[in-house]
Amino acid sequence: MGAKHFGARVQRIEDPALLQGKGRFVDDVKIPGTLHACFLRSPYAHARLRSIDASRALALDGVIAVFTSADMPERMQRERMPMLVPNAAIAALRTQHALAVEEICYVGQTVAVVIARSRYIAEDALALIDADYEALPAVSDLKSAIAPGAPVAHADLPNNIASDFKMEYGDVDGAFARAPHVFEESLWQHRGGGMAMETRAVLASHDSASDLLTIWTGSQTPHIGRRMLSDMLDRHIESIRCIAPDVGGGFGPKAIFYAEEAVIAACALKLGQPVKWIEDRREHFICATQERDQYWDVAIAVDDHGKILGVRGALLHDTGAFVPWGIIMPYIAAATMPGPYVIPAYRLNVRVALSNKVATTPVRGAGRPQAVFAMERLLDRVARELNIDRAELRRRNFIQPEQMPYSVGLTFRDGKPLIYDSGDYPKGQSEALRISEYDSFEERRKAARAKGRHIGIGLANYVEGTGLGPFEGVTVRVLQSGKVAVATGATQQGQGTRTTLSQIVADSVGCRLEDIVITVGDTAAIANGVGAFASRQAVNAGSSAQIAGTNVRKQIVALAAQALGVAPDDIDIADGEVMARTGNKPVLTFGELARMSQGMPGFSMQPGQTAGLENTAYFTPPQAAYCSGTHVAEVEVDLVTGGVKILNYSVAHDAGNIINPLIVDGQVQGGVAHGIGNALFEWMQYDDAGQPLTTSFADYLIPMAGDVPSCKIAHVETPSPLNPIGVKGAGEGGTIPAPAAIISAIEDALKEFGVHVTDTPLTPGRLVELLTAAGAYDELAFG
Amino acid sequence: MGKQKVTLRVNGVSYEREIDPRMTLGDFLRHEIGLTGTHLGCEHGVCGACTVLINGLSGRSCLAFAVQEDGSEITTVEALAENGELNILQQCFQEHHALQCGYCTPGMLMTLTELLRDNPKPSEKLVRDTLGGNLCRCTGYAAIVDAALDAAQRLAAAREA
Repeated sequence: MGAKHFGARVQRIEDPALLQGKGRFVDDVKIPGTLHACFLRSPYAHARLRSIDASRALALDGVIAVFTSADMPERMQRERMPMLVPNAAIAALRTQHALAVEEICYVGQTVAVVIARSRYIAEDALALIDADYEALPAVSDLKSAIAPGAPVAHADLPNNIASDFKMEYGDVDGAFARAPHVFEESLWQHRGGGMAMETRAVLASHDSASDLLTIWTGSQTPHIGRRMLSDMLDRHIESIRCIAPDVGGGFGPKAIFYAEEAVIAACALKLGQPVKWIEDRREHFICATQERDQYWDVAIAVDDHGKILGVRGALLHDTGAFVPWGIIMPYIAAATMPGPYVIPAYRLNVRVALSNKVATTPVRGAGRPQAVFAMERLLDRVARELNIDRAELRRRNFIQPEQMPYSVGLTFRDGKPLIYDSGDYPKGQSEALRISEYDSFEERRKAARAKGRHIGIGLANYVEGTGLGPFEGVTVRVLQSGKVAVATGATQQGQGTRTTLSQIVADSVGCRLEDIVITVGDTAAIANGVGAFASRQAVNAGSSAQIAGTNVRKQIVALAAQALGVAPDDIDIADGEVMARTGNKPVLTFGELARMSQGMPGFSMQPGQTAGLENTAYFTPPQAAYCSGTHVAEVEVDLVTGGVKILNYSVAHDAGNIINPLIVDGQVQGGVAHGIGNALFEWMQYDDAGQPLTTSFADYLIPMAGDVPSCKIAHVETPSPLNPIGVKGAGEGGTIPAPAAIISAIEDALKEFGVHVTDTPLTPGRLVELLTAAGAYDELAFG
Repeated sequence: MGKQKVTLRVNGVSYEREIDPRMTLGDFLRHEIGLTGTHLGCEHGVCGACTVLINGLSGRSCLAFAVQEDGSEITTVEALAENGELNILQQCFQEHHALQCGYCTPGMLMTLTELLRDNPKPSEKLVRDTLGGNLCRCTGYAAIVDAALDAAQRLAAAREA
């Protein structure tokens, strides 16, 4: 047996190429004769397209074509974009057309596409297209959208309610009627976009010799994309290949199949030349999907000791103009709110409203950060009102490890009962309190206060459903070179997918890490695939890697035993070599065995022998695996500027067994940074007419190196019993409780003023408003 | 639009081209001479992914026109490794897991190359302040800061050896 890679801090195999500028992102793929595309996008949030006159654009030297919907394949004219996750609770099952047909429902919606010899010329041509619109009343603000008499986001719909459902269990009203204490909170929560550093990108090329249409796309889900393209282009799926090469960050929005992908593919087919479209950052702000506004009106019922008796409330969610990913986000939010706590009765009424803004779809966390914020804000309120320490209050309400598996009483997003598979929430919190030195915080506060500084501490807990189905596949095949080829439908946008899957295969097959040749994100490499979302790849692809690798190992042992004339039990495998433990210990290499496994032309295979040393496994999880954790934030607030500095940040994280701590720590730290952005900075703003106002990194702030502290991280590992490697997802947990912990800490820092925070992001301007209202400046003399 | 002749030295090699005056330096590097290691993340000068060294000083290749840099010496990420051997800063990035998707990484490396050249013993604060011009969405910066500080120490040790 060679070195064990599972669980080791293995350096990533992805890194050498990326560090030398040898990565291959979509825009790095060069095909001679490639044409360049730019999209004409609606300047109106709601309008009717009357006419388009492209004659001036077409007269420009270097412009090849200007296409509108009428130039697209018949099916793309007639039908709207596919709905990826339909649900019976969606009243308005609506997606957009690939190019606008008549009604336009958000600023940035695709109207036409220009194809030119260079990107520069294509952009020149955009300005020469005369498009005539009839502006319609637009609905922008979420609360206005559901007010009586509001303009409708779609002219033919009766109102703006896309969905109205509730999640509940237990005797909620009885619990509230009997409770000695009931507290209510009204919260506004905003989340912005994914803001991957690489914008979206598509290159499509049709090879007439093989009739193969190849699409390189900066996507989290190329296999799903291929299925969509097959439908929309009316093209045999085997004649389409989708490749997600190096992808510069995903974070959710790249899991969606976009109109632009279909249009660029159609243009390449129509023109018989490769066509490339690289989204610019402004486009990314206005028309890559994002998360946005949620309003939560929630209440908690507790007894005199702070034990929770019930939670109820209402959630209003902005889906934007369309519902391409269904109502997953508010659904997940509603199922996430109970978290790690015993809540005897729970009800959340959820309304999803349409607005004339780009659609919202999951961004890292997918509705969970908001649910955790709502729950933790309620608990902080209870702690304050009943004068119980915030950590102690949570401790009193935790689900205990001996209650696992724990059935919450709801149905999760995977359609399965919401049953936590494993976890130790009290331990997670105590670990976080320990590494954050929570118990000695009051001394730090006193010392800081003596110097006129206002510091505070806050904490938050969460449980996250990860590792969702349907499946992910891995093929393992020993090559006659002795290398081990691995192929998977899992994709990579920075998670280290190649490294972690290689670790698992190296261990299970018995080869060196450097002998693995792995292909990810390529539909030509494996027949079926799903992709990256819902922190699902370690569970799904990791398990498949383990199963396929183990099966190939069995094939190797059987073949070697036969060839060496020994019993299978007398075979050892290490570093790609197979040896007999008996006799003079003969050795066969993987390469030699791979050749033998091909047989000889004309001769039958030996009984029991398989063709090739190869296996494909498609692991499908029985339900979600629930990871959990506790975050503790320590912050300082500058009363004068409203600026917040995060002094210390501690995370206790349970992602089950850890394949690679180096990578998991990186996921946690990066996730926290995203959560800091949601807590303090990121705000995608629109005016009342639905015009986006924050369309550059100068207007929309994401955390910088000075804003994000280096986290202290403790791992609590409770293996999931639901998959063969005991893992849970790790990609989103860093983000989920961060806004709740940070806001709790800010409120704590300002408790002498009684500042109560109900909104995120909490910008400096908003904090100064709150401090002003609290009278903080009445008693302070500056200067 | 008339083309203009420029000569740029990039990573020690001279490139003479006839180009549109409006072609950015970033597009020149990526699409005119095929050095795609330099990435464009925002094309409005904030994210820093496109950072290269222009006559030894860090600059945004998305905000400069190639013709402005006629005669300049440009250094890009492709110049850092020697014969496929990662340099110390690159090695530290790998060891500390200072990159995830790798898209911002070339800009980070060029900014830090300049920093470590000019400040052999930077404080953590100086590293973080300097990285204020480079956005990363994946890592949360901690590992990048660690890599830079580790690289500074190892470069100092290499100089003394």
